[in-house]
Amino acid sequence: MNRNLILGAALTSVFLLAALISFVWTPYDYAGLDIANKLHSPSLAHPMGTDHFGRDILSMIMVGARTSIAVALVAVGIGMGAGVPLGLWAAARRGSLVDEIIMRGNDLVFAFPAIVIAILITAVFGAGAINAIIAIGIFNIPVFARITRGAALSLWQREFIMAARVAGKSAARISFEHILPNVANLLIVQGTIQFSLGILAEAGLSYVGLGAQPPVPSWGRMLADAQTMVSIAPHMALMPGFAIILTVLGLNLMGDGLRDLLDPRLRVART
Amino acid sequence: MLRYALKRFLSLLISLAVASLVIFVVIEVAPGDPASFMLGLNAQPETLAALRSELGLDQSRPERYIEWVGGMLQGDFGTSYTYRTPVTEMIGDRLWVSVPLALYALFLSVVVAFPAGIYAASRRGRAGDIGVMGATQLGVAVPNFWFAMILVLIFSINLRWFSAGGFVGWDKGLFAGLHALTLPAIALALPQAAILARVMRSALLDVLGEDFMRTARAKGLTARQALWRHGLRNALIPVLTIIGLQFSFLLAGSIIIEQVFYLPGLGRLVFQSISARDLIVVESVVMLLVFSVILVNFLVDLAYAAVDPRLRART
Repeated sequence: MNRNLILGAALTSVFLLAALISFVWTPYDYAGLDIANKLHSPSLAHPMGTDHFGRDILSMIMVGARTSIAVALVAVGIGMGAGVPLGLWAAARRGSLVDEIIMRGNDLVFAFPAIVIAILITAVFGAGAINAIIAIGIFNIPVFARITRGAALSLWQREFIMAARVAGKSAARISFEHILPNVANLLIVQGTIQFSLGILAEAGLSYVGLGAQPPVPSWGRMLADAQTMVSIAPHMALMPGFAIILTVLGLNLMGDGLRDLLDPRLRVART
Repeated sequence: MLRYALKRFLSLLISLAVASLVIFVVIEVAPGDPASFMLGLNAQPETLAALRSELGLDQSRPERYIEWVGGMLQGDFGTSYTYRTPVTEMIGDRLWVSVPLALYALFLSVVVAFPAGIYAASRRGRAGDIGVMGATQLGVAVPNFWFAMILVLIFSINLRWFSAGGFVGWDKGLFAGLHALTLPAIALALPQAAILARVMRSALLDVLGEDFMRTARAKGLTARQALWRHGLRNALIPVLTIIGLQFSFLLAGSIIIEQVFYLPGLGRLVFQSISARDLIVVESVVMLLVFSVILVNFLVDLAYAAVDPRLRART
């Protein structure tokens, strides 16, 4: 069995579980202020210490995992939901005007990094977690469109697709019934990678104030709070940082592992 | 080559035109009137009217768009409402921080990634390779702004080697300027270096499997000689593409890193403008960032075609 996959899945599950458990239980109220116990280093009572308002950092990280996972997951959903059909369409009409428009449109969206989209949206509509989702989601669309088109193009040359065409199936039906299942593996792997990038992006956007707003806890905002305290309470910066790193590392390892597992041809070629 | 360059240039112009239109439209759909949006709820009607005509809001939208684009073509980005200074000037000042920072980070990323990638490829499957690849996995997972905070904690607060933030300005000398940008550049470079090292390694491994490498070995070169003389040169093509693309990511990434170090770059300008509702500045900075991405992509495509003639023929 694949070591990367196991380690990655284990790390990812820890944070998924933490997020799920936080709905029913956290060690303390994540928003509960306790000024008397502020800036405590990690101890038995507070395994990850407390912040400058005496809030329990472990509880905040558990609830923050919800925000990170939700934002990244929905953003991947947007990217896949729009990007995959566009990629399939472009591949089915290879070389046509539609293909050209979709691919040039992709190039255009690529020119807008997620942070730039977020800046634009925030300037107009104000900050919020929804904006982060939209910004990261839009950024994901060309990623999925491009990868789907690339894989679909070579599939269209294959004999079983020829057979389907001879049988009289429409391009749309072939795309969804035959092409899509054959690119699904690739999309799962890419989805894992975009998921991890989404978590990093959400943290970055929340850190600069373009993402989740108080009182919604988020790892990025915890780091923003920690910045001024870093000399007296380094644990405030270390703990959310470790949470982000381990989650992203877990997802990336899982992506690598899945790629090896789902595509045996790459096992030799990659390394 | 000329034909290819012209064709790519044309698509560059189209991309810029569409991008500017997208940015303009997004700013235009801002709910409500931009002038009252900027002035807030308690604005006097006269002030509002004055600002409206100053912003050109009494003109039609197509007119405003053409004026905005026409102005930019002449290097005039309009006047900031909150600062009452030409946006071009404000951006120009900030570019002196953001661009050197991105270039510095790019330099660091290349200096670290090349040896690491080459070393890993030459030790494929052995402990050195696994070590380098493990380190890059970690490097990709670390948020650069968090890494920046840790650098500040270690090198500014504890060791006192660097200041924790701010920028002395280039008039204090090149060394002082670079010194102030060192920690931000390291933080910005880390994830990019990790990605670049991985690309370098896999590009080299691809090349090592090629027939001409076997020929090089067959004619008597050692593995090391073959790697340096033939392998590296061919592996550089995909690596250079990634480096080109990374510059724009670094410029965008510097927006966040500047917040950690309180650097007076484009990032701070844009966040100040967002909170001051100075949409003209936001619009211009966004356009500039997008322009830089499109331009760099164009240059990378040209460089790529210059190195690899097959690409020219294909289009």
